[in-house]
Amino acid sequence: MYRTANGEEIFVIDGHTHFWDGSPANQKNVHGKQFIECFYAYHSNLSPPSEKWTLDKFSKYDAKTMHDDLFVHGYDDMAILQPTYLGDFYKNGFNTTERNAAMKKSHPERFILNSAFDPRDGAKGLEALHENCEKYHPKGVKLYTAEWKGDSKGYKLTDKESYKFLEAAQKYGIKNVHVHKGPTIIPLNRDAFDVADIDDVATSFQDLNFIVEHCGLPRLDDFCWIATQETNVYGGLAVALPFIHTRPGYFAHVISELLFWIGPDKILYGSDYGIWTPKWLIDKFMAFEIPEDVTKETGSVLTLETKKKILGLNAARLYGIDIEAQKKKIEAAGGYAHLAESVHAPE
Amino acid sequence: MSSMRDSSAADRKAEVWRRLETVTDPELDEPVTALEFVTRADVDANNCVHIEFRLPTYWCAANFSFLMADDMRSAVKELPWVAEVSVMLGEHMYADKINAGLARGLNFQETFGAEADGDLDELRRTFLLKAFQRRQTALLAHLVETGRDAARLVEMTLDELADLEVDEAGSRLRTRYLERRSIVSDSPTSSRAFVDADGDPLQAETLSTYVRTLRRVDVNAEFNSALCRGLLHARFDMDTPLSTKGGRRSEPSGISAQDM
Repeated sequence: MYRTANGEEIFVIDGHTHFWDGSPANQKNVHGKQFIECFYAYHSNLSPPSEKWTLDKFSKYDAKTMHDDLFVHGYDDMAILQPTYLGDFYKNGFNTTERNAAMKKSHPERFILNSAFDPRDGAKGLEALHENCEKYHPKGVKLYTAEWKGDSKGYKLTDKESYKFLEAAQKYGIKNVHVHKGPTIIPLNRDAFDVADIDDVATSFQDLNFIVEHCGLPRLDDFCWIATQETNVYGGLAVALPFIHTRPGYFAHVISELLFWIGPDKILYGSDYGIWTPKWLIDKFMAFEIPEDVTKETGSVLTLETKKKILGLNAARLYGIDIEAQKKKIEAAGGYAHLAESVHAPE
Repeated sequence: MSSMRDSSAADRKAEVWRRLETVTDPELDEPVTALEFVTRADVDANNCVHIEFRLPTYWCAANFSFLMADDMRSAVKELPWVAEVSVMLGEHMYADKINAGLARGLNFQETFGAEADGDLDELRRTFLLKAFQRRQTALLAHLVETGRDAARLVEMTLDELADLEVDEAGSRLRTRYLERRSIVSDSPTSSRAFVDADGDPLQAETLSTYVRTLRRVDVNAEFNSALCRGLLHARFDMDTPLSTKGGRRSEPSGISAQDM
């Protein structure tokens, strides 16, 4: 919960969090080592110095650390757990639905548990998706299109198999498809980050919402272009948002382009925890204003209303969260105990 | 005697660096030298050139990595005294494969075999077009800002643009634009200075919208450039002396220096 200077409460849903194990003990090979080290480079490059962790802590953190970083020290009210399997890089997977489910079990009122699928898993994968949906009733899936699997280095959403999985997911009650693009897709001569396949499936699956993580970066320009034409395409702010500290000028341009092209109703806050932590991201975001010269160019303004949408209202709509009811659940579970003082602060 | 040889060796090395400055990262449209990707460019006693480079992440796309390596080799080979060029990529998921392909003089398709279904021409063109758009809108925005009339700009020929009196910033932007102007071929009747990505003329009344619409290409590239520089610094000890001799940082257009 974020409270403004006037005491207004802003309900925060973190659209992108991980509970991973990237530790050396879990690494299968050099790729596992390089994967977590690449994440760590993002973390150490874009975090304020006071928020930097050691590589050791970063590689594997415990459930309490994550809970407290998100909900006690940070302003998140709820967080979406997005799985990333990476079975070819990590012995027990990097961040599986099962691992996330244990996290949700201890704080059911705090977490939204997403599932995942990989169209290359064929009939077995479809079965696993079905089981997963029966067991956890997820409303969303996270897809990482650059995941390595045997000889394959990734897939496209327009692959025939992807269509089958999307159809099945829809049948099992999935509404939201979070897409994360990565650098390796066969054939390697094409642009792996190309977002055109999202355009295609968004048209074919009008009842699904496609949340493009990192706003399509490094193809923000192409993402803006397709998102403006497809009513069911959204942008997740992870990776773009931390620039608010190191490069506020760049963040201003990015957010104003996003507001110009896709509008305030289709942008979702995400910390990408444990790459970044909500406390500083949201402190900076709430204090942030788009500079006048940028506004002059795009007409984009980051009003309090818009901030509230980005931080929680948009995700609540996609995931069917009744905010007032959810607040009561969190309150009942003692989730706002740490706020008590400020709740009853002098008038 | 020895000092003479030293000075000519230093000259040759400087020539190599000047050639490398002409090679850009296709996504960022900035020289690989200014991006500090190149860690070594040495000339040995047999006039063989040895280049080593590394990238911001282990996962940087294979196709762009290969393109840069290949472009560096071609650029340096243009020097008449160069006997051979070796290019080595370090710390990368495809380092072994790419280095083996480069050493044998293979193209991308040959290097990656079944993992590729063609060479890199289409990819290269996609990003040259983005560079064209970005450089063009930067120049157009500057010319409009400095009082040029939209109606006049859209009619202007290439020769007229070349002769146009502009300030220093305008001159730099013009040079950068003209380097990419040939990416787009004109319709046969036109030798207009400014055409869109399809080669069609621009319209005066929609010029500001056109420039505005393409701003996202610039914003994306600027953002990626900042990210790549940051990741490179996070990944490598940048205090290690890097031989960026004569490698003046290029000034990206658009976002102002205070953001850097």
